[in-house]
Amino acid sequence: MDKSFVLKLTDLPRRPWFWAFAASVLAFGATTYLTDGRGGAGLLSAALTFAAFSAIVGLGQMFVITLGPGNVDLSIPATMTLAATLALKFMHGETALVLPGLGVALLVGLGAGGFNYALIRLLRIPPIIATLSASFLYQSLAIWSNRGLRIKPPEVLADFTTGSFFGIPNMTLIGLLIAVLSWIVLERSIFGRWVSAFGQNTRAARLSGVPVEVVRAVTYISSAVLASLTGYFLASFSGGAALNMGAEYLLISIAVVVIGGSSIAGGNSNVPGIWGGALLMFLIVSMLNSYGLGAGVRLIMTGTIIIGIVAAASGKGRAV
Amino acid sequence: MNGKYRILLPVLSLAFLLAAVFYLQPRAMSYFGLNLLFNLAVPIALATIAQMMIMMVNDIDLSIGTFVSFVACVTATFLHDTPVLGVAILLAAILAYAGLGALIHIRQLPAIVVTLGMSFVWGGLAVLLLPSPGGTAPVWIRSLMTVKPPLVPMAVVACVLIAGISHFLIMRSSTGTLLRAVGGNAQAVARSGWSVAKLKAGAYALAGFFGVLSGVCLVGLTTSADANIALRYTLLSIAGVILGGGEFTGGKISPVGAVIGALTLALAGSFLSFMRLSPDWQIGAQGAILILVLAVRLLFSRRNRKWKEAAQNG
Repeated sequence: MDKSFVLKLTDLPRRPWFWAFAASVLAFGATTYLTDGRGGAGLLSAALTFAAFSAIVGLGQMFVITLGPGNVDLSIPATMTLAATLALKFMHGETALVLPGLGVALLVGLGAGGFNYALIRLLRIPPIIATLSASFLYQSLAIWSNRGLRIKPPEVLADFTTGSFFGIPNMTLIGLLIAVLSWIVLERSIFGRWVSAFGQNTRAARLSGVPVEVVRAVTYISSAVLASLTGYFLASFSGGAALNMGAEYLLISIAVVVIGGSSIAGGNSNVPGIWGGALLMFLIVSMLNSYGLGAGVRLIMTGTIIIGIVAAASGKGRAV
Repeated sequence: MNGKYRILLPVLSLAFLLAAVFYLQPRAMSYFGLNLLFNLAVPIALATIAQMMIMMVNDIDLSIGTFVSFVACVTATFLHDTPVLGVAILLAAILAYAGLGALIHIRQLPAIVVTLGMSFVWGGLAVLLLPSPGGTAPVWIRSLMTVKPPLVPMAVVACVLIAGISHFLIMRSSTGTLLRAVGGNAQAVARSGWSVAKLKAGAYALAGFFGVLSGVCLVGLTTSADANIALRYTLLSIAGVILGGGEFTGGKISPVGAVIGALTLALAGSFLSFMRLSPDWQIGAQGAILILVLAVRLLFSRRNRKWKEAAQNG
């Protein structure tokens, strides 16, 4: 019993998601060291909240990236913005409409994902270009319906997204719940096996009876639905939908997948790493912030650290 | 689609769009009008060629927009105040691009993530240089971009030059063939004794070079710079390469097509404003045009395949 525990402990560094969490702990330590341990709890709670948003979009992106080379969803920021704008406009600050508003957001996600997939399937457009050009359309729709107004979310919803349950932020709980569901889907369901098979060898998967087109459709749609869900919560969290609210989530959604140890070439993903990557992305920024660095230096450091992590983590065991 | 048809569709879409613009606004059919229509297309065309260099070796560059912005900031500050230092910085930037290419190949990194990370680095450097919009364009680039050659406007001359030079470089020279071969089959290139790392570094250096040209030209047109001046170039350049008949893999690219693709995208903006379309829909309409052209391309390639099949059967 004891021995197997020790074995498991030494086994940890070999897990693909280990390094993301280890680096997060380091970044957390470096930040709290500067403040002599003060504000540690606040930082942790902020990290858990913001990481939840990144983790939810990251999970959607992870499923898409698992499908293999060329598969990436570039429409995530636009889908987030569009869903948030339409949902908040629909709710118009009224408490009774909170759940129907969520329905509107999810419908936007379904529609956007379905449209993305239709472009990929019917017009045979490479996914990068399909999601990119579709995102232009979503962005225009959002601009058109938003008209520069900032509609406030219903009070209840704002309180819920900023509140916490026994000390754990509500958003963290939602993010963890979605992560657990995703883990079950990816690791324990036939659909997860199909997604991985698609990414490892699409032809072999099709020949062995995997309904490849169903797999691809469901994957793109779920990515868009998770993006719209994040948009709905993020807009309520930050007091309204803004047209640029999704902008930074394009990089984040891809970065958390790669930092978390999933293969960018597809076919091999892991869910815990998404949370590790999401925590790390937030903690790096807050660490650089607390060292009093300006916006420019902070951006440079963030970029360098991402490249450094990717360069250190990959490059082994892949044939040329 | 084979090589001959590859260029046909971009040419047709540009011609169609141009005809539509002239129909809506006959006054655009003049020296001045053409210059106005295509002026801002020059830096976009250069950025598209830069993106094409990366797509030629099966990678994608998500940092080209921030890189062009960074170059614009350098041009409006150092290149204007201390030209020697400015040139040195721009050369270092091209070297950095070459280094990235080598790093991506040697460590087998995903280009999409590395360039996404680099977009933060270039963005950060640009913010450090110009925290708020400003700077001054060097006089020589300003006069170069506003020169008025006889008969044909500068913008058109520049685009023809860009297309011609990059076509010669990539499609006609032996180095160009090797670079495209890296995209086609890197393993075969390595087996026949070439260093893929060096070739990839070369392709990235070319991308850096054209990115620098794009930034310098942009400042020549706008006379000042800011850190976000060219962010949309990332998406425009990818779209331009695809519109021009390029593909994501296999080293299948067309420099002339890429320039035409960039012109088409730039023209789409003018076309929409002539249509009196609300600015809200400008971005969306560009997306719609992109989808439309790709749909037509699909029809072309299907028709093409049917002909081939018919020829084989008959």
